Amino acid sequence: MIRVQRDDFDIGIELDRLAAGNHRIGGIASFIGLVRDMGGGDQVSALTLEHYPGMTEKKLAEIELEAHRRWPLDASLIIHRYGRLEPGDRIVLVATASPHREAALAACHFLIDWLKTDAPFWKSEETPQGERWVAARAEDDAATKRWHSSPKDG
Amino acid sequence: MKLLYFAWLRARVGCAEEEVALPSEVHDVAGLLDWLRSRGGGHAEALQNLSIVRVAVNQDYVALEHPVRDGDEVAIFPPVTGG
Repeated sequence: MIRVQRDDFDIGIELDRLAAGNHRIGGIASFIGLVRDMGGGDQVSALTLEHYPGMTEKKLAEIELEAHRRWPLDASLIIHRYGRLEPGDRIVLVATASPHREAALAACHFLIDWLKTDAPFWKSEETPQGERWVAARAEDDAATKRWHSSPKDG
Repeated sequence: MKLLYFAWLRARVGCAEEEVALPSEVHDVAGLLDWLRSRGGGHAEALQNLSIVRVAVNQDYVALEHPVRDGDEVAIFPPVTGG
């Protein structure tokens, strides 16, 4: 399931709901992304996330489908927020549930890596020097490329 | 054709969205970007370095040689920074 929303989410409720009623599930892996108070060596007082409504949902659904194609998942959830957020606020939740931990952990890692390079979101930071757009990181591209050569490919 | 701009590209172009009539000589994304640059002003400034520009046609990422036609939704934006 995917959700793109302005509002915060409750991690406990979301994870409970993901496995509710399905006793095949032996584990849930999760990643929660938070707003940092530093960026490029500068203090960040807030950031604003812009996205491309329509394409965002489409890309997230495609990425989620690909995770289910690669690993035996019973359930998955991606929640990504947009709008203005402050340090410590939650930005994103990725959670994957599977009978065994290997698939859940690998799929969760895959999803957050792909989301960083494929989901059409852009961050703008508020710093003492003014507001500025965050530049894409080469490390994120490299992290996603790693999955292209995964032995699970094909 | 509907054009959408996001993040700093929107700020430099000066609008989030515009409707354009595609000139008959424009057949692909590269041609579209050339034509937009030739309009000068914010478009020329925003599109001067294509290595930091990404394009989606009808909400799918595409390469410069991807065909475009009237009626397409074309979005132009910087590399994404979500997550």
